[in-house]
Amino acid sequence: MNKPSATAGREISYGEAIREGFIHLLSRHREVFTIGQGLWSPWYVGNSMTDLDKLFGKERVIDTPVSELACTGAAVGAALCGYRPVVIHPRMDFMVLAADQIVNQAAKWHHMLGGQATVPVTVRAIINRGGEQGAQHSQALHGWFAHIPGLRVVMPASVADARDLLIASVLCDDPVMYIDDRWLYERRAVLPPVVERPLATEGPRVLRPGKDITLVGASYSTWLCEQAAEMLAAEDIDAEVIDVRVLNPFEPAAILASVSRTGRLCVVDGGWRNAGWAAEVIASVTEALDAGALKAAPRRITLPDAPAPTSKALEQGYYPEARHVAEAARAMLASRRIAS
Amino acid sequence: MAKRQPWSELGGLADPARFTAPLQVAKADGARLCGLLRTMLVIRHTEDQIGRLVVEGLARTPCHLGIGQEAVAVGVATRLRATDRVFGNHRSHSHFLALGGTPASLIAEVLGKATGASRGMGGSMHLFGREFGFHGSVPIVGATIPIAVGAGLAAKLDGGDSVAVAFFGDGATEEGVFHESMNLAVVQGLPVLFVCENNLFSSHLDIDLRQPSDRIGRYAEAHRMRSLTVDGNDLLAVESATTALVDAARRGEGPALLEAVTYRFRGHVGPNEDIDVGVHRRMEDVEAWRHRCPIRRLQDGLVAAGVLSADDLASMEKDVLAGIAEAVANARRAAYPDPSALHQLVYAGQR
Ligand SMILES: Cc1ncc(C[n+]2csc(CCOP(=O)(O)OP(=O)(O)O)c2C)c(N)n1
Ligand SMILES: [Mg+2]
Repeated sequence: MNKPSATAGREISYGEAIREGFIHLLSRHREVFTIGQGLWSPWYVGNSMTDLDKLFGKERVIDTPVSELACTGAAVGAALCGYRPVVIHPRMDFMVLAADQIVNQAAKWHHMLGGQATVPVTVRAIINRGGEQGAQHSQALHGWFAHIPGLRVVMPASVADARDLLIASVLCDDPVMYIDDRWLYERRAVLPPVVERPLATEGPRVLRPGKDITLVGASYSTWLCEQAAEMLAAEDIDAEVIDVRVLNPFEPAAILASVSRTGRLCVVDGGWRNAGWAAEVIASVTEALDAGALKAAPRRITLPDAPAPTSKALEQGYYPEARHVAEAARAMLASRRIAS
Repeated sequence: MAKRQPWSELGGLADPARFTAPLQVAKADGARLCGLLRTMLVIRHTEDQIGRLVVEGLARTPCHLGIGQEAVAVGVATRLRATDRVFGNHRSHSHFLALGGTPASLIAEVLGKATGASRGMGGSMHLFGREFGFHGSVPIVGATIPIAVGAGLAAKLDGGDSVAVAFFGDGATEEGVFHESMNLAVVQGLPVLFVCENNLFSSHLDIDLRQPSDRIGRYAEAHRMRSLTVDGNDLLAVESATTALVDAARRGEGPALLEAVTYRFRGHVGPNEDIDVGVHRRMEDVEAWRHRCPIRRLQDGLVAAGVLSADDLASMEKDVLAGIAEAVANARRAAYPDPSALHQLVYAGQR
């Protein structure tokens, strides 16, 4: 199966782009297989893996019993034996049951065994929230996993990254957690042909240059930053948007360079606030800045520190929106005006 | 009708062409069984109504309907007391109602209203009713199984004769924690009833595609635990099996597994049948299982025994529907939780 992609030149969605990534991997790399719940059903993983079992066979696209821990461990084991498995968790909340294999095993073996064992497993975790699904069907736990040395964590925001970071993750020799967000599935773009790139050289990227403030996001929160930047542009506020893309290992240089120019940093995070990912970005950047380089105190926009509610009345307002980002940016610029 | 795989260890119990006859009802037990029939009708119609609220777009929280499985919850509940501790899963409307929850508090919860069972904080998948022994349902598959073991441990430490019950599905037996929990309950001799509603499916996948046997009872044998496997669409069979297992647990004879073989008429989540998204799920099977309907078999048995007339049945049904209609009307009017609940409920508080 080495056919050129049927989607070449056509606008595709983020979900379809993930599927394109799988098609590339399964066509070109015999050591790749996928395992997880719902892979033979159109409804678990949106349109991101439709009919892959029919194209590549049920031996390489494996639907499973309800056994997150065993399936993840099996992927780790196959990875130790020369395969490049992708274990799919259709919802990040359910992946919590597999934490031992991800945190204690996959992330540790290479280091702990003197660099002799490699675990090229990709753990695909899907953030699936909203829709009054509540506390156990909504979590965005990227901050937890980005804390673990040895586990690379990537979060694509763009349609191109949905495909290309998946490919880079699977071809990487380390365990990678690839996190996609169902709220991005309808973003659309025309993609260039695939170029395989090493994950190790991927990192934060400036999506939109600006001089007044640096907005930083990952995954869906990057999209919020982009939308906020549009709103702010209409008010003559020139926001720079940086998409972090790779949360671990974290390379803050691009953000540091940006904030050195803008003097203002606002981080938007789809996770909780306390001990969260946004805090890490702010700390990594501010500790490296010259004293006095900031024109306003940095801000973070996160979820409130409470489980996701189900009730419509409480769910409205629970998730950060672009307008909240724009409001924060305005406030940070207003404080400048008062000061000067 | 699609036949089960030749290796089916459940055999006839998993064959919808079997066990379709009216239940054999003792006339002396008639009045009590009419009460249980009524509870089953309340469950059936409440869930049917919730399905319609989903279609209407008013209920958005995921709703997993157990239509077709009512006899399991009702049969088990007859042997339980309000002081027992029962835990459910994602498909727990029936458990909640069978134990004594009202359609009003269930429907209000589904609509996210403050008058709901969990005060509007949980929706369909997170229900609570301590007054009648329902200590919580959650949708993480398998999660309440060890929690019920802990409730069994508490009951043992309390020194009384209460039991703990976990309701879960066949899919949950694929999680390691199910096996760890059974082992722990056995070695500690805890009063726990593990109730597996084996509806032969886990979301889109037939049990054929997930396990080498369709009989969940085999796990009890592996763990040296008492167990019974019954037709889960037969209220009387569920009830008598529960009696034997729960009575033994109350006497301090340790945990047990009850496997109730059943089938859901609707899809995994929401009101549709899921024929399009299920692997090995066919409309013929759904139709065939409708002939094994637990409610119709009890109704027919009661009519055959001369306990109920067709008129009695019609008026019972009408009464049940009126109650549900009122519950819906009240839930529509009820207030949402105060927004402050989001933060106030994160921690219990004072010490
Ligand atoms: C840990 C975990 N994994 C996966 C899921 C997704 N899920 C929800 S219900 C369900 C099916 C469970 O099947 P079963 O236990 O047989 O219960 P049934 O739905 O048949 O009542 C699955 C896989 C989940 N909620 N939690
Ligand atoms: Mg099931």
